[in-house]
Amino acid sequence: MTADRVIRGHAGIGPSVTGVALVADDYFSARYDLDRIAGVFSRPAHKLYGQSYVGRVLVLRGAKGGVATAWMLRNMAAAGRAPLALLLNIANPIMAQGAAFADLPFMDRFEADITRVVATGETVTVDPEAGQVAVHARR
Amino acid sequence: MRLTELEQEMLDGRHGTPRKWAIQQQMRVGRFFDAEDFVEVSQVHLMADAESLGESGVEFLERVAKTPPEHRRARVPTVTDPRGIDFEAYRRLGQTEKMAELERRVIAAFRAMDFLLTDTCINYQTVMPPVLGEHLAFGDTGSTIYANSVLGARSNFEGGPSALAAALTGRVPRYGYHVPANRRATRAFIVKDRPRDLSAWGALGGVIGRRVQSYWEVPAILGIEGAPASDELKHFGAALASFGTVALFHMVGVTPEAPDLPAVMDPGGPAPETLAGRDIDAFYRAYGGAGDKLDVVVFAAPQLSLLELQTLAGLLDGRAVHPQTAMLVATSPEVKAAADRLGLTQRIERAGAIVLKGVCFYQMHAREIGEAMGWKRLMSNSAKLVNIIGGYGYAPSLGTMEQCVAAAVAGRVPKDVG
Repeated sequence: MTADRVIRGHAGIGPSVTGVALVADDYFSARYDLDRIAGVFSRPAHKLYGQSYVGRVLVLRGAKGGVATAWMLRNMAAAGRAPLALLLNIANPIMAQGAAFADLPFMDRFEADITRVVATGETVTVDPEAGQVAVHARR
Repeated sequence: MRLTELEQEMLDGRHGTPRKWAIQQQMRVGRFFDAEDFVEVSQVHLMADAESLGESGVEFLERVAKTPPEHRRARVPTVTDPRGIDFEAYRRLGQTEKMAELERRVIAAFRAMDFLLTDTCINYQTVMPPVLGEHLAFGDTGSTIYANSVLGARSNFEGGPSALAAALTGRVPRYGYHVPANRRATRAFIVKDRPRDLSAWGALGGVIGRRVQSYWEVPAILGIEGAPASDELKHFGAALASFGTVALFHMVGVTPEAPDLPAVMDPGGPAPETLAGRDIDAFYRAYGGAGDKLDVVVFAAPQLSLLELQTLAGLLDGRAVHPQTAMLVATSPEVKAAADRLGLTQRIERAGAIVLKGVCFYQMHAREIGEAMGWKRLMSNSAKLVNIIGGYGYAPSLGTMEQCVAAAVAGRVPKDVG
């Protein structure tokens, strides 16, 4: 697949993956925002309310809320109800701890606002070790 | 990361599989945040309710619990955050035997690891208050922000897996709020109208949290004349952490690192933002629900102190909760024992409420409870709780403790809520 553009960030956690992006100018907490059984955003005020995040490269502004996400990401992955990867402009420790525990691809601290340079529906390759996200050209 | 001889031995597996996993988990996080080494901690506070753990998390704990004692036991005192089940009350709340069984498995695993099952998020009030400069691995946002800010201790948010790792290694990666330079204030807020009650202190925390929205920002609060009470700072910090993912604040003239603004903020910092009573009023109004039939009133998040229970008992004396409305009150096992001894539990439950111990409402399968009990409209005096509970299918209203009690008696959210 040809990369249309590459966005650099801080080296992250987890393996390299390729998938379809789901993007919003909003924040993320597995406890506050998700119905983890149905696999959808369940908080009415969230900009992705009602949408499925399962298997998507989830792109949001940052982390919010409590500590539960650190446990939850692994259980979501075990149940087949996790995002494929998580990209945030700014992480908090909880997201990094949860990604490390779940071996979920995770990056932050990009050279540009990641919610503005990746669009929902675009196919992206997330390479945490290299610290880069490649956005592939649409056919 | 630079490792000591002991840390290298743990990484090499010479202290058993759990400690090897633990230091590997910590090194992955440490590298992510550019930590250069580890810092030893004196106590660990572990959040691990069964709802968050799920089956895979419980199985993970059980695997650790089956290793030899010298491999699995905590290296430093480790206390626990609230559980998801109060075994004396769960059937009345529509919780299932499956939930209770999952919780029993977690408890058995924790005992095998030599953890102290304190089951509280207010350990800083009730178990062992940290001291200025003490390095910790605290695993609840409310306990972390209180320890960092009000007591001057040093901790990051250590979520469940990382707090477990800290218990096994006795240390954490040195980044974030273990580093003095990161404890400087980056924002400043002047409070024009001092909050009048616990709920309003929570609302103030929510207002500031929404404006901050980053773990790496440290707000300095100005304009508070005279020290707030511990419960007021508890509600303020819990909401600030919940709405803003903030782990440290300084309250100038109140908290120990901030005798004045220059002590915590460098010259040329951002201009202070002013907050007035109308900002708090708007925060309350956004939750609404005025006049709605009320299904449940919850006092929790954080668990109530003995003093809060005394206030609540006084408000409930001679009154009865409406037959169509439930009232739940969550506190720690130690405070519950004291409340039993002092007659507070009896006064609260005589009015029709249920006093729960060792749990917190949002950590006890709140979605399933709501579905089983037919609860939708929830009212609380906790800004933190109303922030969380919307994602669990509830329609939350925020009010003072007095308004919540009046609403529970009437069975409806009052017209003047907030």
